[in-house]
Amino acid sequence: MKTHLKPADADQALEAVRWAISEETPLELVGSGSKRALGRPFQATHTLDLAALTGVTLYEPEELVLSARAGTPLPELEALLAENRQQFAFEPTDFGPLLGGEAGRQTIGGVVSCNLAGPRRVKAGAVRDHFLGFQAISGRGEAFKAGGRVVKNVTGYDLPKLVAGAYGTLTVLTEVTLKVLPAPEDTRTVLVRALDDANAIRVMALALQSPYEVAGAAHVPASLAGGLGIEELGARESGGAATAIRLEGFGPSIEYRAGKLRDLLGGFGTVEFLEREPSLAFWAALRDVKPFVSQPERFVWRLSVPPADGARVVADLKGRLPGSDAYFDWGGGLIWLAVDPGAEAAGQHAVRGAIGLGGGSGGGHATLVRAPDTVRASVDVFHPQPAPLAALSARVKETLDPKRIFNPGRMYAGV
Amino acid sequence: MKMPTPDASVLARRAEIVNALRAVVPGEGVIVERDEMRVYETDALTAYRQLPMVVVLPTTTEQVSQVLKYCNEMGIKVVPRGAGTSLSGGALPLADGIILGLGKFNKILDIDYANRTVTAQPGVTNLGITNAVAHEGFYYAPDPSSQIACTIGGNIAENSGGVHCLKYGLTTNNVLGIEMVLMNGDIVRLGGKHLESEGYDLLGIMTGSEGLLGVVTEVTVRILRKPETLRAVLIGFPSSETGGNCVAAIIAAGIIPGGMEMMDKPAIHAAEEFVHAGYPLDVEALLIVELDGPEAEVNHLIGEVEKIAREYGAVSVRVSESEDERMVFWAGRKAAFPAVGRISPDYLCMDGTIPRKQLPLVLNRMTEMSEKHGLRVANVFHAGDGNLHPLILYDANKPGELQAAEDFGADILKLCVEVGGVLTGEHGVGVEKRDLMIHQFTEIDLNQQQRLKCAFDPEGLLNPGKVFPQLHRCAELGRMHIHRGQIPFPDLPRF
Repeated sequence: MKTHLKPADADQALEAVRWAISEETPLELVGSGSKRALGRPFQATHTLDLAALTGVTLYEPEELVLSARAGTPLPELEALLAENRQQFAFEPTDFGPLLGGEAGRQTIGGVVSCNLAGPRRVKAGAVRDHFLGFQAISGRGEAFKAGGRVVKNVTGYDLPKLVAGAYGTLTVLTEVTLKVLPAPEDTRTVLVRALDDANAIRVMALALQSPYEVAGAAHVPASLAGGLGIEELGARESGGAATAIRLEGFGPSIEYRAGKLRDLLGGFGTVEFLEREPSLAFWAALRDVKPFVSQPERFVWRLSVPPADGARVVADLKGRLPGSDAYFDWGGGLIWLAVDPGAEAAGQHAVRGAIGLGGGSGGGHATLVRAPDTVRASVDVFHPQPAPLAALSARVKETLDPKRIFNPGRMYAGV
Repeated sequence: MKMPTPDASVLARRAEIVNALRAVVPGEGVIVERDEMRVYETDALTAYRQLPMVVVLPTTTEQVSQVLKYCNEMGIKVVPRGAGTSLSGGALPLADGIILGLGKFNKILDIDYANRTVTAQPGVTNLGITNAVAHEGFYYAPDPSSQIACTIGGNIAENSGGVHCLKYGLTTNNVLGIEMVLMNGDIVRLGGKHLESEGYDLLGIMTGSEGLLGVVTEVTVRILRKPETLRAVLIGFPSSETGGNCVAAIIAAGIIPGGMEMMDKPAIHAAEEFVHAGYPLDVEALLIVELDGPEAEVNHLIGEVEKIAREYGAVSVRVSESEDERMVFWAGRKAAFPAVGRISPDYLCMDGTIPRKQLPLVLNRMTEMSEKHGLRVANVFHAGDGNLHPLILYDANKPGELQAAEDFGADILKLCVEVGGVLTGEHGVGVEKRDLMIHQFTEIDLNQQQRLKCAFDPEGLLNPGKVFPQLHRCAELGRMHIHRGQIPFPDLPRF
C-alpha cells in the first residue's frame, strides 16, 4: 500500500527515514509538489511529505542571512525579505505553471534541491552560490549538519554545494540557511529590437563584457516575444525579436549605464527601454518560461552551453528538429527549447548532438524539463555522463544514501 | 601535531618506488636528494616541517594519472602541492608519502573574451590570470593576499578569497570547470565554459577540499570587466563597536562595497610605522570602504557611506581623490602582516569567521584572552563578511611561547564557533585547525564528510592527516546501524 508520511517536525522526519531504511523501501520526497514532474519518473512506494516543516528559524537582515525549515513556502520568505528591501539574488524560477500546476507554490527546500536560478544567474550566481548551510537526514538514518551561517567558510567539505541540485537524491533537507542580498533600488531594461540570433548573441556578449554591471541578458525571437505577455513589446511599431539587457541598482547609476549601453549597442538596431514595471514583468515571464506555458503538449528542454555557442547550437537544432522554438537567457548560455510532440524520443538525439555529447568546445548539457511520464521514463532526462564521472556520482550517492531510499532513479538510473 | 605513523614497509620500498616514478616522469621530474627536497618540507605554515619520501613534478595530465594509479595500487600516500603558500599546512609532506608538485603546469591554455573565460593549468598564479587579460580591461576577481605567488590550482584546493569576495564571491563562485585526476587514475572533467556542470555539483565539493579528493590538472574561470571607477573611504572610529555598527549600517542601506576592511589600534600603528599611509593614530578602529563601478554610482555611494559614517560616530573621514591616494589607503592594510612582523619576532595568523554583529563581543573577549595567555594580539579583518585575522605576537625563542600562541589561537577559534561562526574563513583547516574540527561538527557530521572522501579516494591515500582529526577506514565508516523492525513508529501521521 502506498503510504503518505507527513512528519510534523525534523524528529518525526528522522523517524520516518529510519523506518524506510529498516524496511528498505524508497521514499519520494515532496514539498509542495510543484516540481514533481521534473526528472525521471521512479517507483517509490511511500511519499515523505515535508510541507509541515515550515517557519523561519533565523533572519538577521543586517547580517544578510536567513534560515528556514525546508517546507516553508517561498512566497512567504520573499514577502518577509521584501519588508526589509532584501531578496534571494538568485531569482528562483517558478516551474509550477510550466509543469501544469499553479504559480507561487514552491518551497524553499525544493528551490534549493533543484538549484534553479533565474536570469540574474549570470551576475549573482545560482542557488548553490547563496546556500550557506543545512540540517538534514542522511540515508543512514542520521541527522547531521553541514556548512554554517556565514559567507566565508572553508571549514570541511562544502556539502551545501553537493546537495543543491541533487533533486532530493542525497538527503532529506530539514532546514536551510541562505545568504540574502539587498533588493535593487530600481531596475530598467535596455531593448535592442529585431536582431537575428547571431547578432543578439554579439550584443549580449558586448553588454556582458562592458563595465556596466548587467544583471540579465536575454534574447527572445519574434515568434516567441508575444508569448511573454508584455504589452510594451508588442505595441511598439518596431516589433519583432527582443534582445534585453537588464540594469539594476541605484537610480542615478541606472540612468548613466542605460545611456552608455544605448551608445554601445545602438549600431546593431533600434534601442528602446522597458521601465520598472514592464521590466519586472518581462524578466519574471522569461524566468518562468512563460512562452511555453500555453503550449503544454510540446516537450521543453533546458540547455546550458558556452554563451557564444548559443546561436550555433540553436541553428543546428532547428535543422534537426523542424518546428522547434528557442529563446536565450544568460547571455546565450541558457537555451529554452520547445520541441513538437511528434519528435522521436523528445528529440534527445538532436539536442545532445547539437551540444556535442561530452565534448564540444567548452562543454554543455541538456535537461528534459517537460514531457509526459512515459517519455521521461524512456529518454535520458539529465545529460548522460562519461563512465568515470557516472561511477563517481554513484559512489557519492552511496556515501549519503547507501540503501537508495531517497528519490531513487530521479536523476540517473541506479542513483 | 600528530601525523599518521609512517608505514615502514613503504619506506623500505623507496628505491623501487623511485624507479617506478622515474619510468612515468623522466629526467629531473623525480627528486630524491634530501637537500633538493628541502624546499618542499613546509608550506607557509612554517612551524611544521617534514621531508617527503620523494618529490614528483609531472608535466602532463597523463603522467599525473599514471602516478596516482601507481600510488593507489601500491598503497603510497600522495600530497598535492601548488606554490606552497597555504597558511594551514595543507601541503605539509608526509615522511612516507610523495609530494606531487604541479608547478610545471604553468601555461594559460585559452582566453575567450566572448565567453568571458580563461582556461589555465593549475600552476598558473592567481595574478598571472589577471595579467593575461588586463590589457583588454578584464580581471579575475578573487584576490587572496598571496595572489602574486599562489596558484589557481591551490586556490581551488583552498577556496581562496580576498578583499573582493564580499561583492564578487570566493573561488567557488568564479570557477566554471576543471579537469581532475582521481586517486585511481581516472581523468574526469567537470563543467566547462558553460554555467553549472551537469549532475551532482562535484565542482562545488572539489573547491575547498584541501587536496583530499583529487588532483586538479586544468581550470576554467570566469573573468570580469574592470570597474570604471574605484574610490575608497578611510574612516576612523573611537571604538571597534562604533566601527562594527557602521559596517552593519552600510549593508543595511543596501550598499555592498567592493571591499570593506577593518584594523584595530595595534595593527593601525604597526602599519603606519611601516608604510606611512597617513592613518590616524588616535582612533581605536580604522575602516576602509571601497566602492567600485560606474563613476556616477561610485560618487553617489561614496556620499552615502560618508553620511552613514558620520551618523555612526566616525571621528575622521577621508575620501580618496585620486588613484594614488586610494592605493595609499590600501598600502597599510595590504602590508599589515609584514608590518606586524616588524614589531614581533614571530606571529601566528588566525582565520575565523563570525556573524558581524558579534564583533565587539569577540574583540573584548580577545583582549581578556590576551591577558590570560600573556601575549599581544593585533587585528585585521574583512569586516564586510566577518572574517577575522587576529595576529598573535610571540617569540619562538622564548620557551613556551609557541605553545601559548597556539592555545590562544585555539581559544579564539572556539569562540568564533561559540558565537555562530566557523573555524576558518579562507585559510583552510589543514593540519593547523584539524583537531579543532570537533568544536564545530559532531562525530556524525564529520563521519559524513569523511564518507564523501571514500567516494573519491577509498584507500585514504590522498593528503591523509589533514582536515579530519581522526582517520577512519572507509569500511568502518560504511557500517549501518539501522536494523529491521527496531524503530518504533507510532507517532507519525499517515494519510
